[in-house]
Order: sequence, then C-alpha cells, then structure tokens
Amino acid sequence: MAVSTLERPLAARPSTWFVWAGMAAFAVFLLGILIAVVVDSFGRQWFDTWFPEGLTTDRYTEAWDRFALGEVVGVTVFVAVTVVVVSVLVGVPAAYVLARRDFPGKRAVMLLFLLPVLMPPITYGIPLATVMYSFGLGRTLTAVVLVNLVPSVPFVILTMTPFIEQINPAIESAARMCGARTRQVFTRVLAPLLVPGILAAAILVLVRTVGLFELTFLVSGPGSDTLVVAIYRGMTSAGGGEARQLISAMSVIYTATMLVMLVVALRFVNPTQLVAQVKETRDD
Amino acid sequence: MSDFDSLELRGVGRRFGGVDALSGLDLTIKSGEFVALLGPSGCGKSTALNCLAGLLPLTHGEILLDGKRIDTLPPERRGFGMVFQSYALFPHLSVEKNVAFGLQMQGRPRAEIESRVREAIKLVKLDEHAKKLPGQLSGGQQQRVAIARAVVLEPSLVLMDEPLSNLDAKLRLDMRTEIRRLHQSLGLTTIYVTHDQEEALSLADRLVVMREGRVQQVGTPDELYESPTSWYVADFMGYRNILPATVVSVSGGEAVVQLPGTADGGARLTGSAVGVLSAGDSVRVAIRPDDFVVAQDPPGSAGAGTVPGTVPGTVSVVEYHGREHAVGVQTGDTMLHARTPVAPQVGGSVWLTAPVERVLVFPDSLDAVVPVEVAA
Amino acid sequence: MSGVGGQQTGRATASLRHRLAERGIDPTLLLLVPGLVVALALFVYPFSYGIGLTVQPTAAMQEQWGGGILANYVAFFRDPFVFDSVWLTMRLALPAALFNVLASVPVAMVLRHRFRGKRLLTSLLVLPITLGTVLTAQGLLIFAGRQGWINRALLEIGLIDEPLKLVNNYLGVMFSLVITGFPFAFLLISSYLSGIDPSLERAAKTLGAGWWQRFRRIILPLLAPGLATTFVLTFVLAFSVFPSARLVGDAMGETRVMSLMAFRAFGEQNDYAMASTIALMMGAVELLVVAAVLGLRSLLYRGTTGGKG
Repeated sequence: MAVSTLERPLAARPSTWFVWAGMAAFAVFLLGILIAVVVDSFGRQWFDTWFPEGLTTDRYTEAWDRFALGEVVGVTVFVAVTVVVVSVLVGVPAAYVLARRDFPGKRAVMLLFLLPVLMPPITYGIPLATVMYSFGLGRTLTAVVLVNLVPSVPFVILTMTPFIEQINPAIESAARMCGARTRQVFTRVLAPLLVPGILAAAILVLVRTVGLFELTFLVSGPGSDTLVVAIYRGMTSAGGGEARQLISAMSVIYTATMLVMLVVALRFVNPTQLVAQVKETRDD
Repeated sequence: MSDFDSLELRGVGRRFGGVDALSGLDLTIKSGEFVALLGPSGCGKSTALNCLAGLLPLTHGEILLDGKRIDTLPPERRGFGMVFQSYALFPHLSVEKNVAFGLQMQGRPRAEIESRVREAIKLVKLDEHAKKLPGQLSGGQQQRVAIARAVVLEPSLVLMDEPLSNLDAKLRLDMRTEIRRLHQSLGLTTIYVTHDQEEALSLADRLVVMREGRVQQVGTPDELYESPTSWYVADFMGYRNILPATVVSVSGGEAVVQLPGTADGGARLTGSAVGVLSAGDSVRVAIRPDDFVVAQDPPGSAGAGTVPGTVPGTVSVVEYHGREHAVGVQTGDTMLHARTPVAPQVGGSVWLTAPVERVLVFPDSLDAVVPVEVAA
Repeated sequence: MSGVGGQQTGRATASLRHRLAERGIDPTLLLLVPGLVVALALFVYPFSYGIGLTVQPTAAMQEQWGGGILANYVAFFRDPFVFDSVWLTMRLALPAALFNVLASVPVAMVLRHRFRGKRLLTSLLVLPITLGTVLTAQGLLIFAGRQGWINRALLEIGLIDEPLKLVNNYLGVMFSLVITGFPFAFLLISSYLSGIDPSLERAAKTLGAGWWQRFRRIILPLLAPGLATTFVLTFVLAFSVFPSARLVGDAMGETRVMSLMAFRAFGEQNDYAMASTIALMMGAVELLVVAAVLGLRSLLYRGTTGGKG
C-alpha cells in the first residue's frame, strides 16, 4: 500500500519489496507486543482464547495498591528530572570547553567521558554499587540519582560538543566586542542559541534514565525503585512472579508515564521556539 | 569622532605553538585614519587584528592608546568595534536587537538606545528590515547590520576583518563604496584587513603589506602602487608579470636582464633596479600588463629580436576585455601578460617593449628587504 | 624561559597569564571541573576500587580455586559455569548487532526518499525506544508465548501443528534485542546517510553507474565509518543484556549471559570481589570487540567521513 505512494517507482526492485516485508514483520511484532500487553492488562481471564473473557480496570487499581505505584511513579519522575537537570548543568559547560578550547590533556579528558558510554553498565555498575553500599548509600534515592549520572553526564557532553562546535565562535567574539562580559556572553548570547540542543539532549537523557534498568537495579530498594525496576522485581519475585495481568498493567503505566514525559518535554522543543523567544524579548 | 590621538603598536607578536604568526609589528595609527592590512591568507593580518581587538592575547610587544597600555585589557573593555568576515550576527535577535546589543551592555537609557539604534539602521539603509531576523536577510544586508552594530557604539576604533569576502562581485563594489562613505561621514578610525589589493587601494589612507607574520611595506596607496620595495608587494599592486630573470649588466640605476630559456642576446629587458644588484644575480622583474607595448611588426631593421629592450614572442592566448585585449605571449620559458587595443593572431609573432622606469627589477630574496615606513 | 626566545627579537613582554592562555590554559577551563568531578568520583574511583576488589578474593574462593590473590580470575577462566557465559553472551550480542546494522541500511535507504506516511513509519520504527526492555519482555511473553497470537495464528492457518517455542530461550532474547536495538541502529544509520551529499550519487549516475554500483562504490565506502560506529554502539547495547536474558530467555541455560553471572555473584552470593571480576572481564571482552571493529574500520577506510561521524 505504502509502496504505491512512493514518489519514485521502486516497485520494480525485488530488494525493495524485501525491505517492506521486513518492516511489515517488524511492525507486526511491535504492535502485537504493545496491543497484547494493553489487552492483557484490561482482561479478566485470558488463557486459551484469542481475547480475554470480558474487560476490567481492576488490574490497575490492584497493581497500583499492591506495588505502591504512586510512590514508584513519583520516584521515577523525581530521579529522571533530577538526573536531567544535574547532567545538563554539569555537562553543558564541560561540552563548551571541549568544543571551544584546545588544552593539554584534552584527548585524555575526551576518553574519560567516552568510556562510560562505551562500557557495559554492569562493568562499572557493580564496583559503583559496591562503593555506594560501603558508603551506606545503598537503596537510597541519592544512590539512584548518582549512578544514573554516570552515563548521563558523558551523554550530554558527547551530544552537546558537536552542537556547540557548529555555533560560529565569531558570534561570541562579536558579543565581547559589543562590550559583553563573560557572564553576559553566556546568558544573553550562548544560552538562547544552545536551548534547542540542550532540550534535545535533555529529552534523550530523560528517556534513557526512565528506561535504564541495570544501574538503578543494582543500588535501588523499596522506596527508591523506579518503575522499570519495580516491574522487573514483580516479574521475577520468588514464587514464579506476580499475576501476569498485574505486570501488564504496570507495564502500561510505565509506557504511559514515558509517553507523558515525552509529550511534556516535546512541548518545549518546537521549531517555532526561537521565533517565540524573539517576540518575548522584544518587550523588555 | 574618535576620542584619541594615536594608537601605537610596539613590536607586537603572537606565537602559536612555537610558530610566529605575527612578529615585530610596529605601527602608529592616527585618529581618523583608514589603515588596510593587506596580504594573502596566513600572512598574519587577521592575527594582528584579533590581537588588537583583544580576542587573542599577545605574546610579545605592547599596544598603547595615547600612551596607555591596553593590551592587557579584555576585548569588552577596549571600546573597539569589530565587523567579522562571517558577519557573526546574533541569529536569535532581530536586526534592531542586534544593533542595540552593545548599547544595552553599556546600560544606556532606553530612549537613547532607541534613537541611536534607529539612526544607525537608517545610516546603513535597513529601515524596513529592522524587525527581521538575520536569517531572513541577504548577505549584503547582514553585513550592513554588522557594520551598524559596530558603529552604533561610536567606538574609538573600528576593526574590519575581510568584511566583503563573502559577498558576490557586484555587491562587493557597492559595499566598498558604502564603507568609504561611512568612514568619510563618521570619521571613524578604521583598521581593515583584506587580501584584495583593489579593496585596500580604494579604501585606505595607508596600507600595510604583510608576509609571513612580518610587515613587508607600509605606505600610502600611491607610494605602494608606484614604488613597491619588493616583488612581493609589486605582485599585490597589479604587477601581473613577476618574472624570474638573471642580471646581465647594471649601469647607474638601470639593469639589463635576460629571461630564462631564451637565446643569448635575445629577450632582454632593461629596467630600474630596486635595491643593490650586480651582474649574474637572480632577480624578479615586475611589469604591469598595460605597461607593455605590443608591436606586430619587428622593431627597427630586419635583425628581428636583437634590439635591446625588446622581447620577441609568440601569441598563445587572446582574451576579449571590452576596449582592450589581454594577450598571453610565450617567450622562452616565460609567459608574459600584456594588453593591447588590437588583437593579434594566436600563434603570430609579436614584439613587446616597456619603458625603463616601468620595469622594476627586484632582488629574488624577500628576507633581505627591510620594511620601510614612509612617513605619511 | 627557554620556551620563548628563538627568532623573536623583543623580550616576551606578555604576562604569565597570557603565556598560559597561549597553551590553552585559562579560567574557562574551570567549566570542565564539575564534569571531571562526576567522572572521577563516580566512574574512575569506583572502577579502580573494583579492580582492587578483584584481587581480594573471599577465603572460600581461594580455597576452591587456588591462585592466591588471583583466585577470582582463576575461577573466571576455570569455572565452566562462569566462563561459558562469555561465549553465550557473544552468541547473542554479535549476531544481534550485526543484524540490526545490516537491516538498518536498506530500510534507511528506502526511507530516505520522501513519501506519504513517512512520518508515521518513522515514528513506528522508533516507538520501541519508549517501550523499554521490560515492557518488551512482558509483551513478547504474551504475544509470542505458547498461547500467544503468533502461535494461535500459525496453528489456525495450519502452518504448524505444535506451538513454536519462541520465548524463554535464545530466540526470545534475540527477538527482544532486535526490537530494542533496531530502532537505535536505524536512527544512527539514517543520520549518517543523510550526511552524504546526494549530489555525489547524482554525479555517479551521470557517469553511468547503476544503482548497485552507486551503492557499492559511493554510498557504502562513505557509510563505512558510520556502520562501524553504529555496530559498536548497538553491540554495546546488546552485550549488556540483562533483563531480557532473564525474562524472555533461559537464564540458567542458553542465555546465561555475563551480566547475569555478575549479578548473581553480586546480588545472590554477595561476593562483591567475584562480581567485580566478572564485571571487569565483561568490560575487557567488550572493549576487545570494539577495538577489533574500529581497527578494521581504519584498515578499510582512511578518507574523510561522508556522514556526520
């Protein structure tokens, strides 16, 4: 169907058909997974049939109470927002230096920031968790935030560095020649120019933090579990795990939380944003 | 309008990782003067400008404004204005906000900012574009904004870093006139960096020709155009023929040279020696294309090519240039560029002559040249 | 001051501050400090601490495997239950990463052109990023389980007589790795592909190159560095599979991956020393693969990158 709407006649190539078939299979799996979980979460009983026998929302209230999801969602949002704010505050200035300066040892610093992104989280996660426990931070919110900073700060640095590099350094020089001091160069000129990049990096960090399982799992406990970890614990708890539908309900809540955060975040990143900013500053 | 008497650069130098990008720059600029720094890319002219602006710290020398050292001040406290090659407008601010930026930094009252911004925008004829963002303007308009942004502060010194090099040929001519007009009407002291000698000659009161981080010659456009002190400067001043040659004889101020790859006795030119020369020296001969006289008949009697001061050759290229033709003439290993109103036949023989005072003979080496500052 | 001097005739009049600035050292570098503090305190310190831990094996370990302070390493290489996990991890991560990268190329090529519904299709492809591994696992269990829709449909059509075993084994983890890894690879490859100047391909067309020749001779060489980078990043993702190996795999059998072993030592046996050893070896194995791929890349391609890499 989609093939006929292509601008160019690609139908002649069998290879193209192959690609479309592959994508169709992927879509079937993806939607199947998504719909199956949603249907399951609303189902009463679902064993040997195409669809559950009757629908209910009881699973949600049950799951909400049983796993203290109010608290878990709160923790998830708190951790995600804190990690985003801290990694932007720490990462953007560092990215600025890496984008604009050449200094002795720059390559070593770059490598230092690259390693946590390249290494499997478990590799540094386990020693890090051990340190956390030995400092008495195990199972605390602080520990969860701290471990999540390890991949997030380098991530912000690595995405912001090229973004800053593409901003003409002459613009900063121009601001200085107009009499702007360092602080004013940052607040009046650089910050507005960096906003789109910062927001993009922030959204990616947000998604990664909400979805990051391994590191959080190693240091969290009751009261500091994020949603993914709570679901995992539900699925693997002793005695074969909780009822499947409860887990499904939790998974739907997870996806919904993720989507809400994404939608909220995306509200702040839109292409007209720069124009709007000009309108605002005109009034001052 | 400039509120100083003189700006003095004393032995200003800048090293980048052990390489001298600029060294020993001595220059005194008087209030109201338009000085152009001229040279190819990498000659140190932009480094000099950035050092003056304060965007690059000096490694040697000092900069004095009316005898007070300013090279230790950060750029924002020197009170200079700058126009960048890439315009460097603030992309998130409208034209008027761009122009107002510097005044806001100075904390001027709003009414003053408004009237000065309006005036500056009017000066560069952008009244109807005042509310637009830089991205919505053409290259020429953006450069006008950049100029307005620099001059609205009434800076003691305006620095311009190849401001026209990103514009197309026609716009460049218009903007050149515009810059000259602004300079004459506002009387702002200006330092202008360019690699285009036409721009430099038409705009500046004084030219500084630079090579490999050092000053090659300083003088008025007229001085540099008429009497360059090295073939390097001559090359910039429209001497399109810079020919390697060997000195045959020297007498008085005149030197007879032979072009390479020509028969003994043939293709000899007589020119004015610049500097000390002796027979056998390797030299460079500089001649402007329009100083050649192209003859299609052999000069004098039948003994073609033996008349001293006459170079015989074969026409290899003819280009139509409106009233004239540009002609490429091959003689020995050398291609000579000449101009003539009558187009010769490609492949035909011609004889080129040039007046002795228009043929400049320079020593081959550039390092021996002592930079001469001609008092203006 | 031997650093200055040379052919500069005048003395260096610039202050120390200027001379440091020339080497790139000025107050702006202070902006780097918070980032460095985070990296040093939360990455370098724990990491070195972890390395220290690996050579402090528990008494039980020393007794069982010998080797003195290196008992953990001896155990890692000698204990088949642990050491086999290296192979089990590679068997999952390498094919998954390879598949994700190779499948992304044609999809990204096709989606490069403009057509109606492209936005929808692209968002469908990146949707799994919001799903996360755990929901994917839950969905796979339901959708591809014994009584899931896939098996039900296949039975109905009559293609199979017995439900296929698609989850709780190698295949289940592979599905999960593709579903979470493919969108990521696709996004990266798309951006690399969009960085290749389309006029290059048009130029090749005017020189008489067919679509395969254009792909083989123009696109592929320019894309090669991007492919290598994408492979590395996808491999890193797949290599550290943990939840899916446990949830849709066979955690004690064919998907007993290294991260599971490390976590078993950490969470269940509370042997932090052994856990750190496995974790470190995991990092070592992964870096070996990454180094090999990057080495191969520099061997094959030396020009500038056509993409944004």
